[in-house]
Amino acid sequence: MDNRQKEIDNLKDYKYGFTTDIENTRAPKGLNENVIRFISNIKKEPQWMLDFRLKAFERFKQLKEPDWQKPKYPKIDYQDLYYYSAPKSMKDKPKNLDDLDPKLLETYKKLGIPLQEQKRLNGIAVDAVFDSVSVATTFREELTKQGIIFCPISEAIQNHPELVKKYLGSVIPVTDHFFATLNSAVFTDGSFAYIPEGVRCPMELSTYFRINASNTGQFERTLIIADKGSYVSYLEGCTAPMRDENQLHAANVELVALDDAEIKYSTVQNWYPGDKDGKGGIYNFVTKRGLCKGKNSKISWTQVETGSAITWKYPSCILKGDNSVGEFYSIAITNNYQKADTGTKMIHLGKNTKSKIISKGISAGFSDMTYRGLVDISSKATNSNNYTQCDSLLMGNKCGAHTVPYIKNKNSESNIAHEATTSKISEEQLHYCQQRGLSAEEAVGLIVNGFCKEVLQQLPMEFAVEAQKLVGISLEGSVG
Amino acid sequence: MKEQLQKDFDNTIRNLTLSQKDIEIKKFYLDNFINKGFPNRKEEDWKFSDLNQIIKKNIGELSFYSDYTSTNKVDTSAFVDGLEHNKIVFINGRIEKIDFDYEKKDQIEIIDQSESINKFNNNSSLSDLNSAFTNKSFKIVVKEGYQLTKPLIIYHTTNSKIWSKNINLRLNFELYENSSLRLIDLFRDTSEKNFLNIFYNFDLKENSILKNYKVDKFENKNIKYSFNNIEQDKNSVSETFILSSGSNFCKNEINCNLNGEYSSAFVNGIFSINNNKHHEIRTIINHLTENTKSYQLIKSVLEDSSRAVYQGKIFVNSKAQKTDGYQLSKAILLNKDSEFNAKPELEIYADDVKCSHGSASGSLNEDSIFYLMSRGLNYQQSRELLINGFLLDVVEKITDSEVKNLIKNMIGIKE
Repeated sequence: MDNRQKEIDNLKDYKYGFTTDIENTRAPKGLNENVIRFISNIKKEPQWMLDFRLKAFERFKQLKEPDWQKPKYPKIDYQDLYYYSAPKSMKDKPKNLDDLDPKLLETYKKLGIPLQEQKRLNGIAVDAVFDSVSVATTFREELTKQGIIFCPISEAIQNHPELVKKYLGSVIPVTDHFFATLNSAVFTDGSFAYIPEGVRCPMELSTYFRINASNTGQFERTLIIADKGSYVSYLEGCTAPMRDENQLHAANVELVALDDAEIKYSTVQNWYPGDKDGKGGIYNFVTKRGLCKGKNSKISWTQVETGSAITWKYPSCILKGDNSVGEFYSIAITNNYQKADTGTKMIHLGKNTKSKIISKGISAGFSDMTYRGLVDISSKATNSNNYTQCDSLLMGNKCGAHTVPYIKNKNSESNIAHEATTSKISEEQLHYCQQRGLSAEEAVGLIVNGFCKEVLQQLPMEFAVEAQKLVGISLEGSVG
Repeated sequence: MKEQLQKDFDNTIRNLTLSQKDIEIKKFYLDNFINKGFPNRKEEDWKFSDLNQIIKKNIGELSFYSDYTSTNKVDTSAFVDGLEHNKIVFINGRIEKIDFDYEKKDQIEIIDQSESINKFNNNSSLSDLNSAFTNKSFKIVVKEGYQLTKPLIIYHTTNSKIWSKNINLRLNFELYENSSLRLIDLFRDTSEKNFLNIFYNFDLKENSILKNYKVDKFENKNIKYSFNNIEQDKNSVSETFILSSGSNFCKNEINCNLNGEYSSAFVNGIFSINNNKHHEIRTIINHLTENTKSYQLIKSVLEDSSRAVYQGKIFVNSKAQKTDGYQLSKAILLNKDSEFNAKPELEIYADDVKCSHGSASGSLNEDSIFYLMSRGLNYQQSRELLINGFLLDVVEKITDSEVKNLIKNMIGIKE
């Protein structure tokens, strides 16, 4: 039975856990200058891009891996990874979807992202990233009509070098911290979006990340630029096969909002979380940072974090422009042996800047969850405001929930308010729901969804439905 | 600094009668301190207050040796009027007087522990420094069932005889079952540029009550670090009040272990600072068993380019169900150069708990000022009224009415 039956049983819990059997092209194993040259070469990158990578790599060699975080993990051997893996059929980029390897199409269909059908059905433009390459981007013609550029970043480097050169590394410099710098050196693919002045993007842009190959790390890089007065809503989804090994996902996401622009960035992160005993799963060490560069600009992060063995990320906003606004809405759920250390940073530099942080953490099983955040109001950020609320819910006494906010106020005309609570689901609430005919699990699902509602509301419609389901699934087996 | 330390250490040891073994232990602590040095910003607990820099900037070269062979004259006029009290008097770090005149002699025991070295449950370099250089240390024991009739005031006095000196103090208190102690630490400094490093250890047995009031009110240019370790047994209560105001730099640390059921800890504090002062309170409340309670309230009023830091941590281990933990910090920034930093932290491993914290900082509410001015007060009066009211909230938390009045008078808060 047993392996097969076991696999089926497992798949019940994590339905995205299948592998696609496809031939790969890989970079030689390990991390060195040659591998970086290999990646740059296979992507046919110009010299300045290679220089950017090598500069990052030089810096990386001097950096030490950080160890202040709450979730500890066994040492990663950076020489034992493949930094590039792509389906063979992607070597000469297919011109349209009909040329695409049917196996890839099948994969995305199984994931619920049918690249062809969706084109006709939903009003969402999708960029599908498979291991180290982007395999398809939908709705491109329609977007181009409005002057919107939405394409894989490797294409943007070729076709729009002036934009990439100007903004890549402007929010997360190559000299940033360990994982960000590693990403700058070896990033493979990701999405690029540019919304021209005054354009309101007519549909949601989205990227779907899929890790397939084993023994690889995924290093995606996303860059979104909203020019003056524009608006864009961007979604990100992620899944990976079930494996006993831990895989590293170290992404960099940079957002730039110019005068009066708004970027809304939503993530539903559902990487493989490992099995019930904490074996396997993705290490999700991601750097996400948005720069409100212009006045009256706004960046809003929404995240639903249910997957990954370890989640370690702090989507941040640098509020540089006067009157700019930063928002962060987060639900993080950990079960079994999952660990999360997540939160945000709001750096207020401009006058009249405002930020809001709503974080909901739920931990069950043997898991551990930390909210860690920074609110820093500099002395020049007169009349700025921050409001932070972080609530944690604990299920059982084998798990932990922690809150570590750093609050710095250097301006007497600015206000900061921070609140945090930790509690459990009350017996009365459960009793009330069960009395009305819900099972214990349904009751918990309902209460938890209520607990998370403030954040779920921020998600675009279709995501919200998926996220709501995910919240229920992630907590299965944690009651009773 | 290393040679200086070594030299001063040898001088200090010469004046003490210690066994070879004890000297070895002291040497061990000295070496630890030499290795680590003063804490700096790279250490998480000192992130907001870089003591190494502060000492360098304000004092420069410190000397660690104090000559304690000659006595200092106790100035009785400095004693608190209108409140009968027991006294311990430190002058320039030398213990000059211990007097429990108001109490039954057989109910209080004072044990000289100078000859033995007791370990401290704190592995910071400052504890090493303290262990290496403390010269006299006493243990004060309150016997079973005895409640002190009068409060104990510890006078920490320094005068201009000392300069650029490091002073290390250490006291141990043990409160037996059903006993109680009210303790006021009163700082009166007329010296400048010294670094005081004070360690207290409290052992609270069942049903005992400790009330500790730390009052640093008088303007001075000294740098202070004070660490209180409180161990609490079943049903015991500890109340700590901190008035942080006078010194140039002051950091108060409270580490409280709630080991017994139904024990509770209260920490209340006021920062009222101006000029370039930099003050910090750091609390760690460890809920280690079921049904324990903690409450913390910290309020700050910051003028000029002063800076206040509050780092508060509530830790709840997996056994400590039914914990009730609360923490609130509020700050008013009166000047554009003032700064408030907070790190209110929760670390929780039990599910049936009620823990929350809040932190707010901002300017004085203009609407309230407008309201008061529209009723005939001038701007200055309105401002004072609001600030007084803001701080009174914390003072009102003091459960001992005698001490409450004393402190109210001292700060000049009128009701």
